[in-house]
Amino acid sequence: MNTIHAINGPVVRVADTKDFSMLEMVYVGNRRLIGEVIGVSSDCTTIQVYENTAGLKIGEPVVPSGAPVCAALGPGIISNIFDGIERPLRDMTKLSGAFVAEGSAIPSLDEQRQFDVTVTVKPGDKLSGGDIYCTCPETPLITHRCMIPPLMQGEVTWAAPDGKYRVNDVIIKLRLDSGEEKELTMVQRWGIKTPRPVKKRLPISRPLITGQRIIDTILPIAKGGTAAIPGGFGTGKTMTQHQLAKWCDADIIVYIGCGERGNEMTQVLEEFSELIDPKSNRPLTDRTVLIANTSNMPVAAREASIYTGITLAEYYRDMGYHIAIMADSTSRWAEALREISGRLEEMPAEEGFPAYLPSRLSEFYERAGYCETLNGSEGSVTIIGAVSPQGSDFSEPVTQNTKRFVRCFWALDKSLAYARHYPAIDWNNSYSEYIDDLTEYYNENCGTDFLKLRQEIAAILAEENKLMEIVKLIGADVLPDDQKLVIETARAVRVGFLQQNAYHKDDTYVPLEKQKLMMKAIVELYHHSLDAIKHGVPISEVIKLGFFDRVSKIKFEIPNDELSMFDNYFKELDEAFAAL
Amino acid sequence: MSIQYLGLKDVNGPLIALEGVKGAAYDEIATIRLEDGTERTGRVVQMEGDKVILQVFEGTKGISLKNTKTIFSGRPLEMPLAKEMLGRVFNGAGKPIDGLGPVFPEKTADVNGQALNPVARQYPRNYIHTGISSIDALMTLIRGQKLPIFSGSGLSHNKLAVQIVKQARIADENSTNDFAIVFAAMGVQNDVADYFRRSYEENGASERVAMFLNLSSDPIIERLLTPLCALTTAEYLAYEKNMHILVIMTDMTSYAEALREFSSSKGEIPGRKGYPGYLYSNLASLYERAGVIEGSTGSVTQIPILTMPNDDITHPIPDLTAYITEGQIVFDRDLEQRGIYPALSVLLSLSRLMKDGIGEGYTRADHSAVANQLFAAYAKVQDARSLASVIGEDELSDIDRSYMRFGQLFEDNFLNQGFDENRSMDETLDLGWDLLCALPRSELDRIDDKLLDEKYDPERASRFLS
Repeated sequence: MNTIHAINGPVVRVADTKDFSMLEMVYVGNRRLIGEVIGVSSDCTTIQVYENTAGLKIGEPVVPSGAPVCAALGPGIISNIFDGIERPLRDMTKLSGAFVAEGSAIPSLDEQRQFDVTVTVKPGDKLSGGDIYCTCPETPLITHRCMIPPLMQGEVTWAAPDGKYRVNDVIIKLRLDSGEEKELTMVQRWGIKTPRPVKKRLPISRPLITGQRIIDTILPIAKGGTAAIPGGFGTGKTMTQHQLAKWCDADIIVYIGCGERGNEMTQVLEEFSELIDPKSNRPLTDRTVLIANTSNMPVAAREASIYTGITLAEYYRDMGYHIAIMADSTSRWAEALREISGRLEEMPAEEGFPAYLPSRLSEFYERAGYCETLNGSEGSVTIIGAVSPQGSDFSEPVTQNTKRFVRCFWALDKSLAYARHYPAIDWNNSYSEYIDDLTEYYNENCGTDFLKLRQEIAAILAEENKLMEIVKLIGADVLPDDQKLVIETARAVRVGFLQQNAYHKDDTYVPLEKQKLMMKAIVELYHHSLDAIKHGVPISEVIKLGFFDRVSKIKFEIPNDELSMFDNYFKELDEAFAAL
Repeated sequence: MSIQYLGLKDVNGPLIALEGVKGAAYDEIATIRLEDGTERTGRVVQMEGDKVILQVFEGTKGISLKNTKTIFSGRPLEMPLAKEMLGRVFNGAGKPIDGLGPVFPEKTADVNGQALNPVARQYPRNYIHTGISSIDALMTLIRGQKLPIFSGSGLSHNKLAVQIVKQARIADENSTNDFAIVFAAMGVQNDVADYFRRSYEENGASERVAMFLNLSSDPIIERLLTPLCALTTAEYLAYEKNMHILVIMTDMTSYAEALREFSSSKGEIPGRKGYPGYLYSNLASLYERAGVIEGSTGSVTQIPILTMPNDDITHPIPDLTAYITEGQIVFDRDLEQRGIYPALSVLLSLSRLMKDGIGEGYTRADHSAVANQLFAAYAKVQDARSLASVIGEDELSDIDRSYMRFGQLFEDNFLNQGFDENRSMDETLDLGWDLLCALPRSELDRIDDKLLDEKYDPERASRFLS
């Protein structure tokens, strides 16, 4: 029997054994704590333990499970809240009260809950990996489709009739090509560190519409894309992720609270169950899965939480859904890697992070994508990862390495946050590489002027950035009128367009159509004013017309469902400037 | 009769190593008996085969390789708990040092605590009244929150901590729960500890304070235990005795430095600035012990105080702290030098939980409007000041000049407050209105017109101008 030879924090070693394989799940000690093999050599096997190791003794048994750390995939995942290794936290409170106890072997999915199952295959059907054999409503929004596990194929020899089943009931029997007969329930298991296969990757072509103006118009993200939100403390990373999780047009949200605050997860739980999704009139929890591994929960499980989250997302993608993953925060995950690496006495690279940090980050972000699944449907996984740079310094290793693997970079800025400009995304330092991929979509769905307006807005902001260098030195009074106009317009863009109030009922989510009209309102005002100034009208006269104030408040004054009110604005604008 | 292990293999800083040990458990406590009969306490921090490494809380002074007998207890570090701990003074390891004898325990608990299940938490909503305008109005402290104070050496954070202790009260009239304070001092100088003790006595606050004192000359391993003991006491009083507990921990910088010292003597690979890679997780295991849980009407609120080395907010200790805590209160040396007390930097400070704990039903309906407007106006004051420092005050526009004046008034009247001055929420918010009235009405863009009609009156500011 294998026994513990050494213990150092979450790292446990077993001496002289050849029984373990890399990344295998093991049970450690008499309390059967869950661990994972992270190093194998001829004289010792190294294990990281996902639970608190206090109280373990040398000589306690270590038992191999024969399989890698797996996620249980089946109905009952949506609306649930799990810890980093997919243990349901709600059920855990019934077992161990308010605190997380160790070694609690709770099944991930509720084994007693009954689902209304429709079986979609009959005996004689030939099925292969990814084919759907039964469906059931998981929440009022999401229909769960049970699929043959990838890499498996065979002929159906028996199928249960439609009816109510629990997750572990046998739904079909399959005779594999090898002749073996396999019973399939509604649950399958998949190793969290292995990406689930797809038929092929499709080119990226559709935006993830978030209703947040600076994102949708200036720095768009595509379905199947990757984005990073780096920002120091207090700049609103979590707030931005909450807004995206609430409003983006993905079918399912996987929200990973990785090493973050406990109260924040409580807030997500409370808010999402109260908030009603306007598109479906159902609480947001009906499309959300939460994975909570707060900062004080064991560090090795923090490392696993990211993989658990993405595995759940891939599973739903395979059913043909569009998933958005919010990972808050990937820096805590990187720190978990560093902590474990330090315990293993590995040679550190930059700032103590292990040398394999970039490859782990790229493996994670590469699991995003827009795909044709094994059963021929289309699905996508979009990853939006928050990064918490140490000392708000974007040159630190996690931010820099993340930047190499994401195509959308929303840099949050401290000075914007201090001025209470939210979302505090700094338009000068951020970028999105998706704009070219999405051009066709915008032209077809928002009109060809959408991107032109975007270009003009971006140009005004860039121009202002240059002018502000001068203003900081000598004040704005000395500038010529046309440059003053740029500054005035840019202010309107910042206050009226980029700033968005998450607590205002209309402003918290703005449809693309209104975003376009808002841009148009500012751009037309700029053109009219520029004309007037060229004809010798002083800028003070132009400002006196009051349109700059109006355009800054238009986001509150025109409700999202009464966009015809913009016609009035444009009419008055034309008349006022004609009179000048 | 338990086994005694004679002698040691190794002594290294606060760590000792033993060989030939059987059946020791990770994290368990051992008693080390010296030849002269004194006893020390150690904790298992690493094990390999029959070799065990212990950290000695009281330090290894006088320990040789052969003058010790070590006995393993088979239990993690536990401390006795009772409601009578309020009013008492303990050392960093939780042993009474006020000469009043041991605490008669109602129960004992593992000081490491366990992680709170996020599902069992309640989102914190009710505020704690501190009587300090800047905190109450602009960075409101919420029950169950962890809100650190970032200060620098020589600034008046200790004075502020004392003022908070003596003035803090639960603002919610419906709550009948008792309010008490657990105070943990880590690595503070003798006279600072004395200052705290004396001030609590003078203010009659001592009966509702449990003090844990680890002085700067006390062993560093004991310093690592101090917050654990304090928080275990706080959790017991809050969740089992249904009290509202405010935990004040000072100075977290000394704690983190003790952790660094301990880590390097263990030979661990250092992260940034030599702090161990697990500094974040370690701090989180303390800070995350604040909260409100289902099934109990008590709460644990934390105010950790730390001095930023060289006033650098990007130093790992304040940086990692602010990533875990729900906001921060930041001291400003320039204001302090101008004689403002408490010298808090309004723009750098933030309370993340404030938005859900203020307004109608909690503080006052206009609170959030006043706070937002004060923030926005004070941010513009900084712009005006930086412009003035380039082009001179005389060249400023009228609006900028009125902001300069507002900034001065705000700092002198709103931020600045006496050590014995306990302002009610109404006083604070009305004062905020008075100051805002020193600005032209058109500048108050974060407040809606209806509220302005009701409250705005330039006369209100006149008392400052005369």
